[in-house]
Amino acid sequence: MTATNSATGIGAAVRRKEDFRFITGKGQYTDDVVRPGETRAVFVRSPHAHAKIKNIDVSAAKKMPGVVDVLTGVDLATDKIGNLICGWMIHSKDGSPMKMAAHPALAAGKVNCVGDAVAVVIADTLAQGRDAAEKVKVDYEVLAAVVDPAKTQAQGAPQIHADIARNTIYQWHLGDAKATEAAFAAAKHVTRLDIINNRLVPNAIEPRAALAEYDAGTDQLTLWNTTQNPHVSRLVIAAFVGMAPEHKLRVIAPDVGGGFGSKIFIYPEEVVCLWASRKTHRPVKWVADRTESFLTDAHGRDHVTHAELALDANGKILALRARTIANLGAYMSTFSSSVPTYLYGTLLSGQYDIPSIYCEVDAVYTNTAPVDAYRGAGRPEATFVVERLVEVAARQMGIEPAELRKRNFIKSFPHQTPVIMAYDAGDYNASLKKALEIADVKGFGKRKREAARHGKLRGLGFSTYIEACGLAPSQAAGSLGAGVGLWESAEVRVNPTGSVEVLTGCHAHGQGHETTFAQLVSERLGIPFENVSIVHGDTDKVQFGMGTYGSRSAAVGMSAIVKALDKVEAKAKKVAAFMLEAAEGDIEFKDGKFTVAGTDKSAAWGDVALNAYIAHKFTGAELEPGLKETSFYDPTNFTFPAGCHICEVEVDTDTGKTTIVNWTAVDDFGTVINPMIVEGQVHGGIAQGIGQALLEGAVYDKDGQLVSGSFMDYSMPHAHDLPSFNIGLTETKSPSNPLGIKGCGEAGAIAAPAAVINAITDAIGTEQLAMPATANAVWSALKRAQPRQATEQAA
Amino acid sequence: MPAVSMTVNGKAVSGEVEARTLLVQFLREDLRLTGTHVGCDTSQCGACVVHVDGIAAKSCTLLALQCEGAKVTTIEGLAEPNGPLHPMQEAFREHHGLQCGYCTPGMIMAALDIVRRRGNDLDEHTIREQLDGNICRCTGYHNIVKAIAAGAKNMGNGGGSRQAAE
Repeated sequence: MTATNSATGIGAAVRRKEDFRFITGKGQYTDDVVRPGETRAVFVRSPHAHAKIKNIDVSAAKKMPGVVDVLTGVDLATDKIGNLICGWMIHSKDGSPMKMAAHPALAAGKVNCVGDAVAVVIADTLAQGRDAAEKVKVDYEVLAAVVDPAKTQAQGAPQIHADIARNTIYQWHLGDAKATEAAFAAAKHVTRLDIINNRLVPNAIEPRAALAEYDAGTDQLTLWNTTQNPHVSRLVIAAFVGMAPEHKLRVIAPDVGGGFGSKIFIYPEEVVCLWASRKTHRPVKWVADRTESFLTDAHGRDHVTHAELALDANGKILALRARTIANLGAYMSTFSSSVPTYLYGTLLSGQYDIPSIYCEVDAVYTNTAPVDAYRGAGRPEATFVVERLVEVAARQMGIEPAELRKRNFIKSFPHQTPVIMAYDAGDYNASLKKALEIADVKGFGKRKREAARHGKLRGLGFSTYIEACGLAPSQAAGSLGAGVGLWESAEVRVNPTGSVEVLTGCHAHGQGHETTFAQLVSERLGIPFENVSIVHGDTDKVQFGMGTYGSRSAAVGMSAIVKALDKVEAKAKKVAAFMLEAAEGDIEFKDGKFTVAGTDKSAAWGDVALNAYIAHKFTGAELEPGLKETSFYDPTNFTFPAGCHICEVEVDTDTGKTTIVNWTAVDDFGTVINPMIVEGQVHGGIAQGIGQALLEGAVYDKDGQLVSGSFMDYSMPHAHDLPSFNIGLTETKSPSNPLGIKGCGEAGAIAAPAAVINAITDAIGTEQLAMPATANAVWSALKRAQPRQATEQAA
Repeated sequence: MPAVSMTVNGKAVSGEVEARTLLVQFLREDLRLTGTHVGCDTSQCGACVVHVDGIAAKSCTLLALQCEGAKVTTIEGLAEPNGPLHPMQEAFREHHGLQCGYCTPGMIMAALDIVRRRGNDLDEHTIREQLDGNICRCTGYHNIVKAIAAGAKNMGNGGGSRQAAE
């Protein structure tokens, strides 16, 4: 590695290229794009959670100043625009397919949640659109609503979708029911918990937006959209919604201000904007206001679970069993079915060697916003179940929480769990050990006594999480019901002047790919970091790619780049061979130079690149000119980041307020490209996990009104809610991709909630505490607290 | 429609706006200064923070007409085109105080106001408290706090020829 490369190569904390435009206000987010003749779309949305639409009268609205058109679901159906879909098939235990209700982009005769769009006003200005929207008269027949996932399957609950009995989408299971039952029967100790994984609103700070433009001359549609996966959006909108042939639709994801999963899905608004732009022959722009984001962005989590852990007398785990009701909301969002099944049940082994596991999941409809993947997507839910069970079991059995974990850690790899996942590499003891040191767990007792002298309760909580990400091996995903493959693509385009453009099918919305991907290429080719640019987000420029989510961009996206670089190197060596008049097999490539082995004859990268395009040194019969290679990389396995988070809290017994006095995170992400960026991802993930545990919760009242519908009512983590974080890393490389990368984007959000709740329950001496553990919740729990019972539950 | 005139980033500007037009809309749509962002509708996220007559203000909660005759500075006004970055901008890059960048302009403008009110020697507690009006969903604030402390210190060392206020 040259001196240049070591400062900007793999492992270097290179400062980000993308920052310049963001810190100077020159970013280009979707709302910053303005097209000539642009109109604004304003949606008319249902104020009722469940209602029939008797009539929509748009006549007054149409006459309002600046109004270009007012459209409803009837117009949409007349124009034969198809419905939105869920692209992941899940079958129930009885083999029947999931019950996917029709989801038109504008309601067809019925609304099923507050915020459901029933009409759209297209107007010259936003103000005119809003004024006109208020004149749209919708006549509703209000129906009873059901919002509680635990109640929606009950006899007598309102049926939301015709022909979908008991509002039940599927009844899925995983694992071995018989073996698990037997293990529980033989157990010396059983820990039981009822857990609610609280519903969250992702709330990326940039609201969703769509700008659609129709070119009548070429019959082409262009969509600028806040999407994490422009090609997937293009495919779904073309092939399933039937908006246009795929090659007549261009999707551009410019700068996107955060996604966290919420911008993966295909939503009604972009479909309506595209359709309206073709109808009106004017560009149509929609930007969510925050209220709309609350009502219509896919929410996250919302599981009700009964979980049990069976252990022997030495604290060795024999089995785990979980029964979950997963609320998917009013409609099945694009990936919704996968989150409480193959992204959840498959992680119930945690870091532990558990012989038997059985998991049952009922996914249900309610009159609430659709629910889909949100940072962690199923793995935070799994980790919370496992890590709460383990921590409570430790307390009940009188075993130190770290010790109980150590007794059960998987120690040899590969390890086949009873729930599909085969963990390939890891060292859970190493992360636990390092975390114990960094967190000074030895000194905790002293700190606890000191705090008690001041009337404060200190608690310590562990979360030794593991997750499956680097989504995903396509065949495996397909066998589990995915409608798409989850490989990734890269085109490495060497220019005649030697600079390089990498076109990646991934998409950065904060993850720093323009920097990290360039670090990889710069080091591999021995060229300056500044000479590498990364291109993403435009289906006209970039070959098909699956986008960014599921902590996949480094593990899968960079692997695709590696494979393409392999091809580039191979071809470049051929060119060099002609230039240096040597045999191809004698050419070595190192530090940006091609050398004939055993001689001092060499050619620099720049000269080879130029020669590839000038093509004077070889004939077309001998070698094609040019230097540009593509790879579509399909990973061989998921990757399994894992680690240990330790949360230390101090609870004020007068107010119930929890202060996090120390946060330690030791994570194993395999190979790390840029530690500064990786730590940033961990910080952000932990913050969202703490938000879930202490502050956040989407609340619907019994009539389906979202009462936590703004930042006034939904408590987003602010800087003063959070501590600074102590981050450490251990490393066991992933064997399933060329760079050994595991991925880091979601880990913090996966690990954190359990660590927080384990810490607070430790502090206050009761397990009866739900998320969010607000000051009121903790104070109430303290009031109700009973002495912790060592409930020996013999079979 | 009423007319409005003000100075934005040192330049005299004017336009015709509706009475209900927000300052952030005037900046973004009329002046095409899209660095100032809208992230909420309850004046809490801080993505819209600019300086009005030297003081941080949420441009989503001001009417354009309220700024008649005012001196407004946006993120675009912190550094000369082709000139060096403001030390606070540099600090955000150096300390990885941003990820998606959407909250960043408002964060930087708010940070400058913290320095104006609390000086160049800012401790972690002060910065966290003072960021009550700015929400970030990406960074967890850890690096934003470091960036602001460093930027404040560098401003105190005479870094940056152009102060944000006036």
